[in-house]
Amino acid sequence: MTSTQTRQAAPRTEASRSIGVAGPRVEAWDKVTGRAPYAVDHPVPGAAYAWVVQSTVARGVVVDVDTSRALAEEGVLAVLWHGNAPHLEPVGDPELLVLQSPRIAYRGQVVAVVVATSPEAARAGAALVRVREDGTIADTVLRLDHPALYQPVQVNAGYPARSAVGDVDAGLAAATVRVDATYRTPPEHHCAMEPHAATAFWERGCLTVFDATQASTAVHEALAGLFELPPQSVRVVNEHIGGGFGGKGGPRANTVLAAMAARLVGRPVKLALTRQQLFALAGYRTPTIQRVRLGASTDGRLLAIGHDAVSQTSQLSEFVEQTAVLSRHMYAAPHRLTTHRVVALDVPTPGWMRAPGECPGAFALESAIDELAAAGNWDPVRLRIDNEPPVHPEEHVPFSSRHLVQCLEQGAQRFGWAGRDPRPAVRRDGEWLIGTGVAASTYPALTWPSTALARATADQRFDVEVNAADIGTGARTVLRQIAADALDVPLCEVEITVGDSAIGPAPVAGGSMGTASWGWAVTKACRLLRERIDREHGGSVPAGGVAVRADTTLEIRDRPEFARHAYGAQFCQVRVSAVTGEIRVDRLLGVFAAGRIVNPTTARSQLIGGMTMGLSGALLEQSVLDSRTGDFVTADLAAYHVAVNADVPRVEVEWLDEHDPHLNPMGVKGIGEIGIVGTAAAVANAVFHATGIRVRDLPIGLARLITHYRS
Amino acid sequence: MERQLTSDITLCVNGRTNELRVDNRTTLLDMLREQLSLPGTKRGCDHGQCGACTVLLDGRRVNSCLILAVTCQDAAVTTVEGLSSRTSTQLAAPQERPALHPVQEAFVAHDALQCGFCTPGQICSAVGMLEEAAAEGATLDEPEIRERMSGNLCRCGAYVNIVAAIEDVAAQGVGAR
Amino acid sequence: MKPFAYQRPDAAGTAVSTVAHAGAAFLAGGTNLVDLMKLGVTAPDLLVDVTGLPLRQIEPLPDGGMRVGALTANSDLATDPVLRTRFPAVALALLSGASAQLRNRATIGGNLLQRTRCRYFVDVTKACNKRQPGDGCDARDGEHRDLAVFGTQTPGGGPAPCVATNPSDLAVALVLLDARVELLTPDGTAQMSVHELFRLPGDRPDLDTNLPPGALITAVVLPPSPIARTSTYRKVRDRSSFAFAAGSVAAALDVADGTVRDVRLAYGAVAHRPWRAYAAERALRGAPATVDSFERAADEELGAARPLRDNEYKLPLIRNLTVGVLRGMTEASW
Repeated sequence: MTSTQTRQAAPRTEASRSIGVAGPRVEAWDKVTGRAPYAVDHPVPGAAYAWVVQSTVARGVVVDVDTSRALAEEGVLAVLWHGNAPHLEPVGDPELLVLQSPRIAYRGQVVAVVVATSPEAARAGAALVRVREDGTIADTVLRLDHPALYQPVQVNAGYPARSAVGDVDAGLAAATVRVDATYRTPPEHHCAMEPHAATAFWERGCLTVFDATQASTAVHEALAGLFELPPQSVRVVNEHIGGGFGGKGGPRANTVLAAMAARLVGRPVKLALTRQQLFALAGYRTPTIQRVRLGASTDGRLLAIGHDAVSQTSQLSEFVEQTAVLSRHMYAAPHRLTTHRVVALDVPTPGWMRAPGECPGAFALESAIDELAAAGNWDPVRLRIDNEPPVHPEEHVPFSSRHLVQCLEQGAQRFGWAGRDPRPAVRRDGEWLIGTGVAASTYPALTWPSTALARATADQRFDVEVNAADIGTGARTVLRQIAADALDVPLCEVEITVGDSAIGPAPVAGGSMGTASWGWAVTKACRLLRERIDREHGGSVPAGGVAVRADTTLEIRDRPEFARHAYGAQFCQVRVSAVTGEIRVDRLLGVFAAGRIVNPTTARSQLIGGMTMGLSGALLEQSVLDSRTGDFVTADLAAYHVAVNADVPRVEVEWLDEHDPHLNPMGVKGIGEIGIVGTAAAVANAVFHATGIRVRDLPIGLARLITHYRS
Repeated sequence: MERQLTSDITLCVNGRTNELRVDNRTTLLDMLREQLSLPGTKRGCDHGQCGACTVLLDGRRVNSCLILAVTCQDAAVTTVEGLSSRTSTQLAAPQERPALHPVQEAFVAHDALQCGFCTPGQICSAVGMLEEAAAEGATLDEPEIRERMSGNLCRCGAYVNIVAAIEDVAAQGVGAR
Repeated sequence: MKPFAYQRPDAAGTAVSTVAHAGAAFLAGGTNLVDLMKLGVTAPDLLVDVTGLPLRQIEPLPDGGMRVGALTANSDLATDPVLRTRFPAVALALLSGASAQLRNRATIGGNLLQRTRCRYFVDVTKACNKRQPGDGCDARDGEHRDLAVFGTQTPGGGPAPCVATNPSDLAVALVLLDARVELLTPDGTAQMSVHELFRLPGDRPDLDTNLPPGALITAVVLPPSPIARTSTYRKVRDRSSFAFAAGSVAAALDVADGTVRDVRLAYGAVAHRPWRAYAAERALRGAPATVDSFERAADEELGAARPLRDNEYKLPLIRNLTVGVLRGMTEASW
């Protein structure tokens, strides 16, 4: 009681506040001791194990499933297929309607599930299921002249597929320096270290699922709809998630299958997809083909920006990567055109992967800017600065804040860019050619409505709950800091709980909007709680405690119109072997302007992590689709290469102290994705500077360079 | 001849002796997770391609996903749960938390983890690696640590901090216990 | 994975006589066998665990050679100080392979018997003559960037039934150094050179080696060789570590007065077997130790290469590696 009075008498100073203070992540101890439970780590007595059987044709039907040998295998409890699977009520996403029809829309689709008493028996049983399929010739290759390419109504995240300002052809015609180049990015897989997995069990008609998901609210809604259950009869828990990167951004078939199987066998079921299965069943980044046209006047001012993007989707649902959207606001130019076209192929359904749109789009645009700089003999940092738009160049609304120029300037200074010899292929250290490159980064600062709950107890503890998902971002940690400040109490008085649909609706851990969205709801709930304690209870918490629930729907709807984006600049130094074509990144520096940074420790890790994944994509990542069979043949971690420790230098990250009053009460923009945006272009631009070879297809890889170095 | 498809084994896990009947197909990883309720050891690929399942087998780091449990008769296994000073699998209350292994401490201090899924494998691998380097008399500079830790993938991109954490422990001269 | 029985004999003779039964397989480190069993590529009824056999000794031989027990862990051999002095290429090859965890478990004998990582071999839903002779080869017109450039055609010029590569780094170094394997077969002990151990697919793409049926590799013997002391191994791949080779070169060179007195060259990741570059060696012996000679020697060898649609890059890679490695060794010997 006294302490409450004391604290009220002396409100905490700025220096004692939590936001902006570096500190270890809340769950670090649990994670380093192995005690943090992930989706299939929870102790569930009597659990059965499920194993998925996949289609081996890319287009066709399941004629028959012979389950007799599998059922005869010791330990096998059941085999589900479309002939015996329980009915699911459609909820919008056709991917979730597993085992509901004989139709096969892509190779690797689930055609049966074996449930057994041990993982060994489940795997053995799955190998004994005989699936008779009738396949027809599949259409699996994305190409620019595919007759079925079309312009969709809109692209991912709701952007229009096409935007035009002025006359891009006229602008190009008037330009004295032009670039017209086509860039290709390959399919990429998330490869979160934790494979998609779920533990499901039914008790008295209620379904509980421990799910590896970034979006337990969405999974909750989907399961309630699919199984026709009242919302209160479904609970989805995602306390810890072993990485997501978009791949766990929505409800997935494996979760539905676990719930279905658990209901059928009447015991808890654990279903973990194998690493190989994930390559068909957990989404991927679509390949893109992008044409970028730039035209500039002799003084290095852009007259025209054209960015035409092509991507693929599946026959099951339409997903259109928003590849060219970033070209709508990165640089000023009077004449502009962006277009998107897509084709539905007999391939697995693509989806969100870390910075969908911006990541592949920035590779093309930021490579093209570098090509323009080379063609016009302009410094690539200067060229970007000279084309800074004063307001959003297409929507003509002000930026809530934009500090790309400052990021470029600070980065150039830290990196030692000044005095850089622009000539390619003139620096050599033994067999190694050395070069440097730069690229810009951006990602939208999004916010979605969320609910949160704040509770005070009489013993001066505050429990704050929000159905955030901490996929390794540090969400739990920063939300606790945000709560402490909104409550005006020291961090140690606040407990934070996330990862449970029972808390109430909250948006996905995606789109770099978690901290902004959940944090706003937490702030609102905590401020209301503080207010209520002070106003209704004279500043001290009554014996029964006080609780407040908040919802930010109205605040977010009523925000004034601004272009809200984070920006950054990445600088890279590479070395390329003139003997083998091997590429090594020796330096990578990112400078970002992303609003207020809540926790410098976790923020630095996030940004380094994004850049590390960007480096990986630049040099290594590529899912190779066998056009004859329509499946990704590089379907494991030995064939799909992600960067290992030895690939990654001491990546450096800095950020500007950016204050933006037009975002949310915390002033945050989100940092989960911007780190990956532009990295590949920075690397490719450095490779050009080192070698004089312009690689327009990712990954860069030695095979693309070695043919230039035949001794 | 009756084919025996299960085997009885005795092995020591985190200091405790266990007598178990295992399906011959069961991997050390599945035995730890499903039979001994030690889910700290993770399955990232099940084929020795990611390192998430790394444990110390008779003191050496190995991929537990590729080792059949039946081959571990009389072996001593240390998992991430056994590195801290107490082996209980129960979640300890904060005040009862056991002392962390220096590598675990350094991982917390350097934020050498994000999603945490590769972390148990990274930590066991680092402990094994420090011992290997000490036995070889190798100097652990940054490139050396990176190469020696390349059997543990981290998709969140925590390598920079992982290397810093290990450098820190190596500088203290603390190897495996 | 199919259920199987398990035995762990303590005598090599027992192990060999047990495996003589159909459906049985030796299990050593298991880092490849267990992997393949999970994938359904192989499904033994009985595993005979040989790790209880006394085959872990690393013996420096008085003649300057070495005998290495087949069950020696890759990591133990790689860090052996005598090996590093006498046969550095072997240590370099071992350390360039896999990860530290795998090297701790994988054995020397097992390393030589590991199967190809061809994407179509490890996927039982695809056609593969190695897994199922007569099935066809989906790799030839599929994803084959990592696969063979030598031996992809039959002597008659037709398509070879298998275009897989041998994945072992160690085998390349052993072939370079004329190493032998000692065997225990149902008929007694035997030995063969590592070069003879491996084979091209011929009409038996299912066979990776010429090992007699039921034979157990008990040791690898490295014969004494002064030129081996400066031998080296360079492996190239996109990822800096923990990846199979795009191409690799093992080399040993003796130059006197600017002339190549002796040379050995072997290539990895280019064929169904580790590729000893005899043609290049012949071209180099007695030739001046110049870049020009090295280039001509590489061209001599690569003339026999028949790359697939998407792996032609391996030719300039191997050529440059040959020149680069030999040049490095020449400069080092000045």
